[in-house]
Amino acid sequence: MLSWYYIKGILTLAGIYLLPVLGLSLLTGFTGLFSFGHAGFMAIGGYTTAFMMVKLNLPLIPSLIIGGLFAALASFIIGKLTLNLKGDYFCIATLGFGEAIRLILDNVQYFGGARGWPGLPLKTTLTTVVIIDIIAVILLRNIVNSRHGRNMIAVREEELASSVIGINVFKHKMMSLIISAFYAGLGGGLLATYLGFLQPKMFSLVRSTELTIIVIFGGLGSITGSVVGTLILIALPEILRSFANWRLVVYGIIVVFIITARPEGLFGGKELSFNFLKGLFKRSVSKARGEN
Amino acid sequence: MLNFLQQLINGLSIGSVYALMAVGYSLVYSIMNFSNFAHGGVIMFGAYFGFFFMTLYKFPFSVAFIASGIAAAILAVLVERVAYRPLRNRRAPFLYFIISAMGVSIFLENIVIATIGPNFKTYPEVFSVQPIKLGSMAIGRIDLMMFVISAVCLAFLIYLIDFTKIGKAIQATAYNMRASALMGINTDMIILIVFGLGGFLAGLAGVLFGMKYTVYPQIGNITLKSFIAAVFGGLGSIQGAVIGSILLGIIETITSGYISSQYRDLIAFALLIFILIVRPMGLMGKVTEDKA
Repeated sequence: MLSWYYIKGILTLAGIYLLPVLGLSLLTGFTGLFSFGHAGFMAIGGYTTAFMMVKLNLPLIPSLIIGGLFAALASFIIGKLTLNLKGDYFCIATLGFGEAIRLILDNVQYFGGARGWPGLPLKTTLTTVVIIDIIAVILLRNIVNSRHGRNMIAVREEELASSVIGINVFKHKMMSLIISAFYAGLGGGLLATYLGFLQPKMFSLVRSTELTIIVIFGGLGSITGSVVGTLILIALPEILRSFANWRLVVYGIIVVFIITARPEGLFGGKELSFNFLKGLFKRSVSKARGEN
Repeated sequence: MLNFLQQLINGLSIGSVYALMAVGYSLVYSIMNFSNFAHGGVIMFGAYFGFFFMTLYKFPFSVAFIASGIAAAILAVLVERVAYRPLRNRRAPFLYFIISAMGVSIFLENIVIATIGPNFKTYPEVFSVQPIKLGSMAIGRIDLMMFVISAVCLAFLIYLIDFTKIGKAIQATAYNMRASALMGINTDMIILIVFGLGGFLAGLAGVLFGMKYTVYPQIGNITLKSFIAAVFGGLGSIQGAVIGSILLGIIETITSGYISSQYRDLIAFALLIFILIVRPMGLMGKVTEDKA
């Protein structure tokens, strides 16, 4: 059962889902906006990438980037219209957007409609995914640590106060949304060229929810948390596959338990970096000394 | 013209069932300011309760109908206890409530798939399928029943909210929970009552829906449309939920009658996005102020 081929498959899948999760981590964890429509951005990225490769015969990387850009463009439009909404209305709007994208794709016969689009080129390998993931993590880390990233965190903490000290709240929310949609679009493109098959059903509301759940499970405001969360939550259903029907039941219980008992997730606000490890080591050493 | 009238009647009947579901979303939103996505699961359970009461225990329809309402109410209260109360005690942001609700809804849907199975179940025939002829128009007996029962329940609910002491307490709690607690209203009790009421109506709606169509675990996708209706009418407003539901029902039947039934769901989600952009508080909702 544990052949390398099988493990490789799970790792590739986790690596692909890591991209939308990272994007959502920026949007939710660092900017404080919730989205239930990121599967919609994945769908746009996936279908655009597939279109570029199959119909226009472009190579993988440019197709992926164009897919990401299309997702970002869609997010710009939806953000322009709805980012001013208060409370959970933005989140409801993204839910409507995600479902609308799925239902539109269901009706576009050019892309196979609800039956799906088979026979896409299989170009994505574990190596490609890992390289793109590493670039994505480094890039995201730099964004979070930049001036703009700090402004986003300020917006998350207190919207009114940050606008008073001169932060353009709308602009930073928009930046965060566009970047996260770009990441989601990349993820969708990789998924399309890994599975070789696209179907609107793959990008349902449940998928969007799953992405948000992973971000929360890993911990809001932590890139490390998102990476670990993705590895665990994508692998977990695979490990539990022998339970087939029960695994989503367990999944639901875990979500409710995490959110009620440990809302900060695995790594809420903390990062696993070299300095953090050093600090952890020092603390445990001094603790050991103190006990002696 | 005749065809139009026929569509209108169908729309009214389906809209009235949407209304039974939508008031549940609105009631909870008015008190706790979050969209209770677990409500769909409660409706689905209501449909299954009705099915088993009637087939397994051979209850007569009226008894099974009321019993499933009560069972669903108990379920809704349980959900509040397990998934929302810990969050409420901690004063968690509303987004945690939504995630918790999503977890519950995944759990409810999949526990049905795991125990009962994903198959469609058909209710025994309670009313004859022979429609009532009115001139050249045909009204289904089930449609008529759906409309009458829903109208009675909704009238009762509005009476309860507007004219009784409990209703006044619910209104006060919705207006300001802390102040009403200081005035001696047991707000925990009010929240239980609200969930119970919403759950009871959800159970009834589930049975009506199951009777008209079939019962299956993914019925929650349809309840999402009643949520759209609640947003359309204005979240937090009971009258708004009713009007929004009726309008959505009519829009849907007219779309499927004159354009294509494939676009029915798409129209619903497009309407959701449109209403959020143009008038986010819905047709009758309170104007949401900046809570800073």
